[in-house]
Amino acid sequence: MTKPKKRNEILYFALKNNKLKLGLAVLLVFVVLTLVGPLLTDYAPYDYVGPPYQPPSAEYWFGTTTFGQDVFSQFILGLQATFLVGIVGGGLATLIGVLVGFSAGYRGGIVDEVLNMLTNIVLVIPTLAILLIIAAYLTVRGVLAESVFIGCTAWPWAARAIRAQTFSLRSRSFVDLARLSGMKPWKIIFTQIAPNMMSYLLLVFILQFGGAILTAATLDFIGLGPTNAVSLGLMMNNAVLWGALLLGIWWWFVPPGVAIMAIVGALYVTNVGLDEVFNPKLREM
Amino acid sequence: MKRYFGRKVLIYFLTFFLAVTIDWLIPRFMPGNPVQTMLSRASLHAGAYERIYDYYAGLFGLDLPVWQQYLNFWKALLRGDLGISVLLFPLPVTKVIMNALPYDLFLLVPAILLSWFAGNWFGAFAARSKWLDNTISPLGYMLTATPYMWLGILLAWVFGIVLDIFPISGGYSFALRPHLSWTFIGSLLRHWFLPFASLFLVKFGGWAIGMRNMIIYELEADYSHYLEALGAPRRLVRQYAFRNAILPQITGLALDLGVIVAGALATEIVFSYPGIGYLLLGAIQNKDYFLIQGCFLFIILGVLLANFIIDVAYVLVDPRTRTGMMGEAA
Repeated sequence: MTKPKKRNEILYFALKNNKLKLGLAVLLVFVVLTLVGPLLTDYAPYDYVGPPYQPPSAEYWFGTTTFGQDVFSQFILGLQATFLVGIVGGGLATLIGVLVGFSAGYRGGIVDEVLNMLTNIVLVIPTLAILLIIAAYLTVRGVLAESVFIGCTAWPWAARAIRAQTFSLRSRSFVDLARLSGMKPWKIIFTQIAPNMMSYLLLVFILQFGGAILTAATLDFIGLGPTNAVSLGLMMNNAVLWGALLLGIWWWFVPPGVAIMAIVGALYVTNVGLDEVFNPKLREM
Repeated sequence: MKRYFGRKVLIYFLTFFLAVTIDWLIPRFMPGNPVQTMLSRASLHAGAYERIYDYYAGLFGLDLPVWQQYLNFWKALLRGDLGISVLLFPLPVTKVIMNALPYDLFLLVPAILLSWFAGNWFGAFAARSKWLDNTISPLGYMLTATPYMWLGILLAWVFGIVLDIFPISGGYSFALRPHLSWTFIGSLLRHWFLPFASLFLVKFGGWAIGMRNMIIYELEADYSHYLEALGAPRRLVRQYAFRNAILPQITGLALDLGVIVAGALATEIVFSYPGIGYLLLGAIQNKDYFLIQGCFLFIILGVLLANFIIDVAYVLVDPRTRTGMMGEAA
């Protein structure tokens, strides 16, 4: 009886929350653009399809580059790469964070010490530096490899946060009861502790999603990103490399940045909106 | 407190050890080896190639067993010897980096500190007034979601090209030689401003948002309600909320250092600002392994040092770590 009522309550507050609505609306626009985009353009991203330096026009929606490539085609493919990095990189980081956080928080003792040490070390080493080695080693890199790398280095703060939450839930009476009834530790974690943290885990995933996108943009810009694909960071890199600034080709470097800012910003706003929906204390605001 | 610092220092040593090991691996992981790369530039007879290769391999110690090479690397490192840069031959890497380091410090330290203080300050105010909240919050979300280098590109385009107020490349005017004069300092500052502004603005947004949300959390905490129920003045409640909200912001600063450093590298590349980031780019493009190793090591050292300073600051601000009650677990 109580469950459907609770869900309705959350839905009610979700529909009333302007931050959530705004964030989701912006995200929806970009998701639709990513899915429908390929149908709207007939150019391959790196083909020389038109005259160079063309400002946006009916023929080339976002203009053309120094070489006469269509910026809009690159933009759409870059959006796909961005979402891929967000989902795979953010998802992997959340997954590792969940596993490490649950083990450390629930087991405690020596497991906790070792995992904590590992978390702190990964936290401090600038990931960029490690990527330099990997980038030199793998001469051909794809968006997927980049996402996996980001996922493997972005998890520490999530692990820390989830560990703290698990720690506080571990001593609750319902967990004690489950333990007394002889439930296996992993079963306790996934049936007793995890459901109580679902909303929190969702928020962690959203933040990791946005963080992965920003990291990928930085890596691509430095030239450590994918070598065989288009991405928004790579577009900015090419624009700066080929003199878009001095030539005033703003349509080359403005759209990728606006897209990243809008997507990541929308994710953050959605995150705060969801927080207000899930956390009754914040609702009254 | 001893326990707290003991664990921290242990972690720093382990991290440093691991980092140096990774650093040592860099040239050994690269496809081909540095001596081969160097010799391939000179056209030599087959016999001469063999002999020169052996000579250099001996010189760099590449013919020793691996563990010996590793120990030698540590020994040289502790003497401050990081090898000779290939890119800026024949300068030693230590000297090249020392020339670049002031630019990094000059860029990063003010950007990190000022954005942190200003962000927290405005964030705390934003949680206080509806009007500020409606202006600072959206702005903060937009800023913190902006990639550093893109803001850099935009600023460079608007202020450097369109309005032509600030220079967009280099650490100082190419017409000047480094010397102590007002003209030179003015030129330094003019070149510094845009990279600084892009780092500052992005971080400012992040801290302001973080602080605003933290304060709102704290104001809903039981102790705040209790204080209110006791009839404490609003100002006092806010003050307590602020003191509690500042703690996660300090931890956040430590967590964020790696991201800021990466952002600074990208920003330096946008503005061709002669710090370690720009140096690193040149080193990678020219496969200058000694310089890559040196840059990597300095970045790690900087981040570790900054982390340590933040740890000390945390102990000063949070009394719980001092009495050993609890606080941030190491």
